[in-house]
Amino acid sequence: MNFGSGEELLLCCETRRMKISQVMLEREKALFPEKDAVGQMERALVIMRAAVAQALTEARPSMGGFLGGEAILLECYRKDGRDLCGPLLAKALAYSMGILEVNASMGLIVAAPTAGSSGVLWGVLLAAEEELGLVEKDLLAGLFTAGAIGYLITRNATVSGADGGCQAEVGAAAAMTAAALTELLGGAPQQCLDAAATALSNLMGLVCDPVGGLVEVPCQKRNALGAADAILSAQIALAGVKNLIPFDETVEAMHQVGKCIPSQLRETALGGLAATKTASALGREK
Amino acid sequence: MRELSVFDIIGPNMIGPSSSHTAGALRIAAVARMLAKGQIRGVRFTLYGSFARTYRGHGTDRALLAGILGFGPEDARLRDAFVWAEASGLRYAFHCDEETKDLHPNTVDIALDDDSGRTTVIRGKSIGGGAMVIGKINGVEVDFSGEYNTLVIEQQDEKGVLAHITKCLCDFNVNIAFAKLFRESKGQIAYTIIETDEAIPEEAVAKILSAANIWAATLLTLDPRAQNNDNL
Repeated sequence: MNFGSGEELLLCCETRRMKISQVMLEREKALFPEKDAVGQMERALVIMRAAVAQALTEARPSMGGFLGGEAILLECYRKDGRDLCGPLLAKALAYSMGILEVNASMGLIVAAPTAGSSGVLWGVLLAAEEELGLVEKDLLAGLFTAGAIGYLITRNATVSGADGGCQAEVGAAAAMTAAALTELLGGAPQQCLDAAATALSNLMGLVCDPVGGLVEVPCQKRNALGAADAILSAQIALAGVKNLIPFDETVEAMHQVGKCIPSQLRETALGGLAATKTASALGREK
Repeated sequence: MRELSVFDIIGPNMIGPSSSHTAGALRIAAVARMLAKGQIRGVRFTLYGSFARTYRGHGTDRALLAGILGFGPEDARLRDAFVWAEASGLRYAFHCDEETKDLHPNTVDIALDDDSGRTTVIRGKSIGGGAMVIGKINGVEVDFSGEYNTLVIEQQDEKGVLAHITKCLCDFNVNIAFAKLFRESKGQIAYTIIETDEAIPEEAVAKILSAANIWAATLLTLDPRAQNNDNL
């Protein structure tokens, strides 16, 4: 079983009466029969639980020195009962930003779809496990659903900041996460694709302008933005609000927008926040 | 290009911060390590483009050393690769070349000195998501990614060599996905890169090596999705 577009994925779901996660797992087993796909996903989950736990207990400075301790601050604020966001988003913010701390301090993470955007999917899923009472089996299914969306965006567009800007990295991560959440909360495959398309649309055009060329600022907070985008897009889809532009066309639009983003704003650290007075004063890294 | 796996999206499992500047750099160095013939004594890295500008903040230097030391992309020792290199007596040096322009922005040259006095020079580029392409071996332009089971053969450029290689693989029932032959000038050193879907048995490699005009044959064991490394 294979599929090359959102439309084909929906057809697979319909004809086999399967969820997106099930179709993606079947595809994986068919293409890579020698691999233990579920076992490998379980291991990824172990790694990311440890990463979040580390961020919440240890404020380790990042390689560039711009990050360290943000997840602990966010958790303290949330636990003090001063919460603006609601429990799921508040926790997802802390976790997603914490994962970027672990990544930027040379800790072990699982990219999703990239290292610099790995906070979105893992942060939201691990927060949802606690806040929505999900179990490990749900998380594994969510990861395959997210994988299906990420696969389609990688196949038909790009998830590289150097090629498509931040919209391609954090945008793709948010789309993957929105679809996963939607399926876990009982949404149909079409609703999952609508949620993914909404999440991708909301971040369209976002540039990649890392200060000093490092995966630190503004990447960490953009992961928080991706988490919020995923949660609100899932809620929109689950409420029954449809998305006018289909998923496949949204992916293609993102791809085309990426080609229009000048190279200064695609990971080269020559534009945007990377080219500000403050960023320049911090000096060329070396 | 092979089909994408879910673990190309949810993965790789890696020490941060960057799949291209950390995990991909390590993968290039891991290939260099495998292609060196003897015990590695010293290594010189030349960094180009974005690698040259941002290598410290991305831990590219540590990742490259970790690859030479044989650590995997998940190995927490990557952070302390300088200490591990010194402990194992490996000499290393980093050099930045920001003048050369027409290369992929994440390019590195790795020169390895081994205990037999030989030097092996590899050029690799890190193309994103932890993937890489080897572009040169000892000055000869080549092109392979390590995404398949890969056999790198160093040989005399003369007739019949490729026939010998393909016969050996056929004898061991190995189906070749891609075979590429690279050389610099006629009659000199040449490289054959064989990529297969199934594993290549050691016996087939030994048989290939039995011909006098084949100087080296190295099986690359690189699959990032195998992830045998358990250093959590």
